[in-house]
Amino acid sequence: MIINHPLLGPRDATEFSYLGDASLMHRPEWQSDDAENQFYEYQYLRDNKAGIHRELWYHEQGDRSWLVVTRNTLTHEISSVELASDVARREGRSR
Amino acid sequence: MRYSVLSLLKEAFNGNKGWKPAWRDPEPQAEYDVIIVGGGGHGLATAYYLAREFGINRVAVLEKGWIGSGNVGRNTTIIRSNYLLDGNQPFYEQSLKLWEGLEQDFNYNAMVSQRGIINLYHSDPQRDAFVRRANSMRLSGADAEILNQNTIREMCPFLDFDNARFPIQGGLIQRRGGTVRHDAVAWGYARGADQRGVDILQNCEVTDFIIENGVCSGVETNRGSIRANKVGVAVAGSSGRVMAQAGMRLPIETHVLQAFVSEGLKPVLPGVITFGAGHFYVSQSDKGGLVFGGDIDGYNSYAQRGNLPVVEDVCESGMAIMPMIGRSKLLRMWGGVMDMSMDGSPIIDKTPIDGLYLNAGWCYGGFKATPASGWCFAHLLAKDEPHKTATKYRLDRFKRGAMVDERGAGAQPNLH
Repeated sequence: MIINHPLLGPRDATEFSYLGDASLMHRPEWQSDDAENQFYEYQYLRDNKAGIHRELWYHEQGDRSWLVVTRNTLTHEISSVELASDVARREGRSR
Repeated sequence: MRYSVLSLLKEAFNGNKGWKPAWRDPEPQAEYDVIIVGGGGHGLATAYYLAREFGINRVAVLEKGWIGSGNVGRNTTIIRSNYLLDGNQPFYEQSLKLWEGLEQDFNYNAMVSQRGIINLYHSDPQRDAFVRRANSMRLSGADAEILNQNTIREMCPFLDFDNARFPIQGGLIQRRGGTVRHDAVAWGYARGADQRGVDILQNCEVTDFIIENGVCSGVETNRGSIRANKVGVAVAGSSGRVMAQAGMRLPIETHVLQAFVSEGLKPVLPGVITFGAGHFYVSQSDKGGLVFGGDIDGYNSYAQRGNLPVVEDVCESGMAIMPMIGRSKLLRMWGGVMDMSMDGSPIIDKTPIDGLYLNAGWCYGGFKATPASGWCFAHLLAKDEPHKTATKYRLDRFKRGAMVDERGAGAQPNLH
């Protein structure tokens, strides 16, 4: 697979390490009342979609940026690649 | 029809005109006692043991494609019980015992061949870990032996013993381990279940679960709705998307694992051999092909095919222990989709929805577990309580912090 890095252009997937579902960007609020259950769901449960899947890749052998890659798990086709920091800010995070 | 030498001779003189299909192709009935979703090894074994062991015959096995079209037809056929943890080893030893009697039990030639499995070790600490594992295996009643380098040299002279990076110091052997003809496992269980009244419904895809007030009372399929008191799901690889129809999220990611077969060679391997310093396992099929595999690709995939970096990694590992493998040509390679659970161990349990049961999360170790998985799932479905060797495989163990983490890699499915 070739991941089209937004800054560095097309890079081989072997340069990256894989974390999983992009929802892992959003850690639960540790002080909320049901934090224990939220962290259980955050840590262990997955949507595990067959089809379009947003996921986190880390450019370990490159510029060490985190990317959000949108990829079809049925075909391995990648439809978009964004910097995770851009996505996080767009989704309301301060950084 | 019972298969025997006599029936073989009779049909030989009869021009082989008397053989019947090994199972029926029935129409779905409106209602069953138990529905098993998934006509793979585990689903068919569950139906077989439900009928044979627990006296429940009004059972249907629902399969989206044809039976045995999933992982039971896509694995590297190894059977073994060389685990460490209490929650695992007795279960896998039960499975190995069932393999040993399986062909007589269901009257079908599954080519169970106990040619032994050797796990190589390459350092002193690894030897110590294997000695501990061997002790754990013996405590469960399994066989285990530590072999020194000289013994392995006699058995497998072709290994690269003096490899500069990973010299082979010895190995852990389980002589009762071996290989099985994988497709015949599905066919044997299907035939045995069918003979006991189980309906095997192929081309029957579950499109939804019938759930009213938190109770599951059947399924919707492309061949109409079918009611049942209990529904058991055994669709490893697709557990995530099937259980999503019941509104459940699972502690599972689906990943792709590749496997490889070389051209046919004269017998060279005495049994199954695994590399201790990388992920590589190899055996030789009765047709002569070297059957081998390695790591999962490491990203979510339902594609049933992988990518080239893992092919390179597997072949490098093969060359590291067995340089002669470089002389053989690769004949075929393929991928299967795996339920990678969060601790590397399976789930055989009730779900929060009454009447809905789950058998999932087999990672890439499901084939060897087929008989015990079927037995334990049938036990759970029949008696509503887990079998004694499968008590640790609870769905809620992640919430309770009671993981069965054989590898010790934590909640990272692509590291198991």
